[in-house]
Amino acid sequence: MFFFLLRRVVQIVPTFVGVTFLSFLLIHLVPGDPIEVRFGEHGIAPQRLVELRHEAGLDRPLWQQFGRYELQIARGDLGDSVVTHKPVWDEFKTLFPATLELSLAAILFAVVLGLPMGVIAAVKRGSAFDYGLMGISVTGASMPIFWWGLMVVLIFSVGLGWTPVSGRIGDAYYIEPWSGFMLIDAWWSDDTGAVRSALSHLILPTIVLGTIPLATIARMTRSSMLEVLGEDYIRTARAKGLSGARVVVVHALRNALIPVVTVLGLQVGTLLGGAILTETIFSWPGVGHWLIESIQRRDYPVLQGGTLLVASLVMLVNLGVDLTYGFLNPRIRR
Amino acid sequence: MSALQGTAAVNPPANAPMPGSLRLFWRGFAENRGAVLGLGLMLLLLVVGLLADVVSPHSPIEQFREHFLVPPVWQHGGSLIFPLGTDDVGRDILSRLIHGARLSLLIGLAVVVLSLSAGTVLGLTAAFAGGTTDIVIMRLMDIVLVFPSLLLAIVIVAILGPGLFNAMIAVAIVTLPSYTRLVRASALSELARDYVTATRCAGASTLRLMFDTVLPNCLAPLIVQGSLGFSAAILEAAALGFLGLGAQPPTPEWGTMLAGALQYYQRAWWVLAFPGLAILVTVLAFNLFGDGLRDALDPKLKR
Repeated sequence: MFFFLLRRVVQIVPTFVGVTFLSFLLIHLVPGDPIEVRFGEHGIAPQRLVELRHEAGLDRPLWQQFGRYELQIARGDLGDSVVTHKPVWDEFKTLFPATLELSLAAILFAVVLGLPMGVIAAVKRGSAFDYGLMGISVTGASMPIFWWGLMVVLIFSVGLGWTPVSGRIGDAYYIEPWSGFMLIDAWWSDDTGAVRSALSHLILPTIVLGTIPLATIARMTRSSMLEVLGEDYIRTARAKGLSGARVVVVHALRNALIPVVTVLGLQVGTLLGGAILTETIFSWPGVGHWLIESIQRRDYPVLQGGTLLVASLVMLVNLGVDLTYGFLNPRIRR
Repeated sequence: MSALQGTAAVNPPANAPMPGSLRLFWRGFAENRGAVLGLGLMLLLLVVGLLADVVSPHSPIEQFREHFLVPPVWQHGGSLIFPLGTDDVGRDILSRLIHGARLSLLIGLAVVVLSLSAGTVLGLTAAFAGGTTDIVIMRLMDIVLVFPSLLLAIVIVAILGPGLFNAMIAVAIVTLPSYTRLVRASALSELARDYVTATRCAGASTLRLMFDTVLPNCLAPLIVQGSLGFSAAILEAAALGFLGLGAQPPTPEWGTMLAGALQYYQRAWWVLAFPGLAILVTVLAFNLFGDGLRDALDPKLKR
């Protein structure tokens, strides 16, 4: 087990270095000189430009610059935003909880609806119910969520006036950030109005971001359940005279869940990609919104650092899923 | 020879007498109603896309100055001249959607061809060369996979500059690893077979072994992946268009149309609803078709 762990951890090191190299290249490939970009449209005297380039080490060979960049990352320094002049890491830290809150809510939504959908479809295989659920699921998987988000806003916010259009909480409330999760912080403040406001802001983005995971979970659960329901131990359980529901939930679902959880864990990347679109539509102040804004403002240090952080996050989650799976299933440890 | 049958299976001729395995494939495929629906929608899109200039009532970029934001025909104030209404500068939405269909199919085709051929070469090279080459190629693919695909596409477009062509390159790069991995995995399992050894002993060159002997036998999963890749490519390119990084206005690309609608969609639902619906239906068609292909080509699922 120890060697399995060690090998997996060591294996991601070259990937990580490659990821840092890509993010390093980004700033050099983007049109325009990093210093000139920093000074924007105001321009800068050529003399000063040479000095600043020398100070920043931009006149050195590329490999030396990469070495410096690696050392900088190792110190946890990802550079400063060109627009706000704050460290990229600090900005990420304050924005990430918003993305995490939205992502967790979306996964919760997807699991709570998707699991029962998949189980019911598998148990009632071939029925109209099965076809209906799977039709919904394949439609969900094909959904352009940027359009879906706008349609949901059009119907529920603009048309019916049920929910707010954007943001995390109403302007009337000021919530001291404590956990960074608006819902928890609002709860903590003992203001029921604030909790309701936070919830109503959260609900539409959750549905939009959760749609594709919901479709994936429903389909995977169904096929995984179908496989498990054909196993001998299910027949044994039924033969023992256990009730149908107990066999399905306790015996079958527990085993069917393993592949579902694994595939889901490996889809953080997809989820974060969806978060970019969802946050843009709902002006949700998270990492995705931040990255898109950084492109529009030509804030390349933010794009560079943010991309690196998001990729590292995906890598860590994948490693975690991998290790957990190895822990649960000794056969793949080798 | 089974490989040739695999390729032919993509386009079952309508009523010509079918050879045995093709008929068998078609029977399996036709059993799946969703897949047939997908195929039908695909053919419809193809016809509409090919005949865009003939079918569309107006030019996709012509601005009718007296007809801003005309609602669809069935709504009060709508007219038959603009069946699905007009946008904020008086362009006919139906005509734009029809030309958008052509564009989307082209995007899907270009991205899949680019990504699939590059992925095939990389995957075969990795499988045949083994050792360091294999490790380097696959590690590179791992690095690409670590980035959320939309984010990487955004970064690539930020480097290359916004535009439809660059967006297609970005999406092709992002989807490259799935093809490379697939080709490598199936090539490796074929390499262990006797017929490969036999061909090698008969003196076939490595290139011949790669493309003539092994590749045809890896085609079935590639075809499935390719048809699913079509929908992924259309979706990602539309997302880039929506973010203002793909096709630029006035190109009638569906995602770009949605981006243009952002300012006023709350007053005119039709400028929002139809382009998105077009994306959804197209992506759905390719997904249904791809799923059907997989079920029909996968011997494990055959009853």
